Amino acid sequence: MDRPLRIVVAKAGLDGHDRGAKVIARALRDAGMEVIYTGLFQTPEQIVQTAIQEDADGIGLSILSGAHMTLFPLILDQLKAQQAEDIVFFGGGTIPPEDAEALRERGVQAVFTPGAPLQEIVDFVNDACGKRRALVG
Amino acid sequence: MMDRPTGGGQPTPEFEAQQAAWEAASAKGKPRSGPGSGATDRTLSDIPLKTCYGPADTAELDLARDLAWPGQYPYTRGIHPNGFRDRLWTMRQFAGFGTARQTNERYHFLLAQGQMGLSVAFDMPTLMGYDSDAPHARGEVGKCGVAIDSLADMEVLFEGIDMGKITTSMTINGPAAIAVAQYIAAAEKKGIPRAMLGGTIQADILKEYIAQKEWIFPPRPHMRVIVDMIQFCTEQMPKWNTISISGYHIREAGSTAAQELAFTLADGFAYVEACMKAGMDVDSFAPRLSYFFNAHIDFFEEIAKFRAARRIYARRMREKYGAKDPKSWQLRFHTQTAGCSATAQQPENNIVRVAYEALSAVLGGTQSLHTNSMDEVLALPTEKSVEIALRTQQVLAYETNVTNVVDPLGGSYFVEALTDEMERQAEAYFAQIEEFGGVIEAIEAGFFQKEIADASYRYQRSVENKDRIIVGVNHFTRDEERGDMDLLKITEETEREQAASVRAVRESRDANAVAKALERLKAACADPKDNLMPHLIDCVNAYCTEGEIVDTMVSVYGRYTERSVF
Repeated sequence: MDRPLRIVVAKAGLDGHDRGAKVIARALRDAGMEVIYTGLFQTPEQIVQTAIQEDADGIGLSILSGAHMTLFPLILDQLKAQQAEDIVFFGGGTIPPEDAEALRERGVQAVFTPGAPLQEIVDFVNDACGKRRALVG
Repeated sequence: MMDRPTGGGQPTPEFEAQQAAWEAASAKGKPRSGPGSGATDRTLSDIPLKTCYGPADTAELDLARDLAWPGQYPYTRGIHPNGFRDRLWTMRQFAGFGTARQTNERYHFLLAQGQMGLSVAFDMPTLMGYDSDAPHARGEVGKCGVAIDSLADMEVLFEGIDMGKITTSMTINGPAAIAVAQYIAAAEKKGIPRAMLGGTIQADILKEYIAQKEWIFPPRPHMRVIVDMIQFCTEQMPKWNTISISGYHIREAGSTAAQELAFTLADGFAYVEACMKAGMDVDSFAPRLSYFFNAHIDFFEEIAKFRAARRIYARRMREKYGAKDPKSWQLRFHTQTAGCSATAQQPENNIVRVAYEALSAVLGGTQSLHTNSMDEVLALPTEKSVEIALRTQQVLAYETNVTNVVDPLGGSYFVEALTDEMERQAEAYFAQIEEFGGVIEAIEAGFFQKEIADASYRYQRSVENKDRIIVGVNHFTRDEERGDMDLLKITEETEREQAASVRAVRESRDANAVAKALERLKAACADPKDNLMPHLIDCVNAYCTEGEIVDTMVSVYGRYTERSVF
């Protein structure tokens, strides 16, 4: 792989809890990836636009406000509408297991909940986004 | 052997020989290895620790200058001469979810269980100044707290509750002045004058830019709104604590204990300076400023933080700001146990964490306390888990006897040395903030945000490499992590119901009165000499929604956007 993986770390909705998003952003960067952090209060439309414009391999969404069952699906819809479903979409936050399962079924590739080791997240992103890169180039 | 006792005096040769022998024995020890052994020589905030502390570590302590007695300047040992013997702390559980109707039911339950005050948690749209039917509100209505769109909701929230007797704390910052206006209006509709209302509102906008990120306007106009509110409440609401300057969220965002302490007090001093600059006498408003800290899991570090906070505050208020009223020197604070220390894995363990954290707050002399519920890391707490959290406080207050002696750790070599170290680190941060030109300038430079992000990442790394152990997360884990915990679910039905209710409010009111009230508010926003509060109360009484009021203010002040750093 010539150029490093590019990942958009995103915060959506009105949720200001950005500790997790920033820690993940830094961990991915330390693992050699290029990280674009969207900042707070982005709409699903903005997030997907950013990912397309930045030619990102993946989008990681962090939600701790309880709005995950609304905002994750809205991003999935946007990815579909913008024909960008090849972009790896994953996320995390305070998400109860049954919701996490439901989100995975709907197409979110991985959902990490509190206590997930950073290495596990880094490994997932490397693997999933690496595969995407191999396919899309 | 007559003159053996030398506590407080010079160590005897015998004692010094003992010390030398202990040092030799200690040096031969073999530090334990394996998980969790990487952080035995420092606090959670990375303050280096000795193996044991002795008289030499408090040699610099001037008893009269640095400690005194409880209720005496500089209040290191507490602000009340008799501590909890005269009055227990207020047990105040933060609560709010769904609609005002649902939350009102929870309040009646909590009061029936012996809770002593109310504490309102608002949902994200309310905190950010959006109505429940706004596009920005989708998916968020009633999730993190209760949705309050207009006076109509505030009236339902306090139905059947005597607002003249109960004290209420409201955790809201950007739209704080609007929430106070709604609270006043709801009470006055019941015939309770504003002068009788007791409680507090968080209204600490500086820490929003630093950590919690629920801002609306840019810092400078926001400071004007806050100063107007403090001024108004100081004059018209003698029982109201005008602001609650908060370190809690700074800590939750990943700061160290010393950062929490320093940044919070720096914010407090910024409000003091802003009010003085607006022409207020420091002793007119300072006695009703209050503070809000986090109780994290490093037991002694937290106690030292609380003690240092009182001492630093007293010294600055008296020496730097020239306050003459001892009430202006006394730092009064609320404490909440650390949400970020709770784990989703084996959530019942959180009950134990909360108990230790609550104990540190009590030993640190808190005035009121919220104990987190075990399930808050997963969702809003259920009635059962809230009850356990409240019972934890009651056991502490009535069974453990820790309330019987004031500042029981005062004089501990270790705790006094750590208290000094906290003060030293805070002072170093004050100097750095001053170099930026003040708190707002340091916010604009991203200083706090960067310091917190660095600390949070360092901590996360120490957990990743198992220098630090979190039981059930990176050690002592087991497979089925969560039992069948019932979680409180907020449905989409809540959002539809609340959105319909705010639309109904808009249709049923006098549109002309609304337009006029908003117009007058807009004019007042542009005129720094006009206090905003009476205009906000007019708007609220005309049933303007929060979103309409905020939009009007934004049309003058603009909306803040952050330069993000990670």
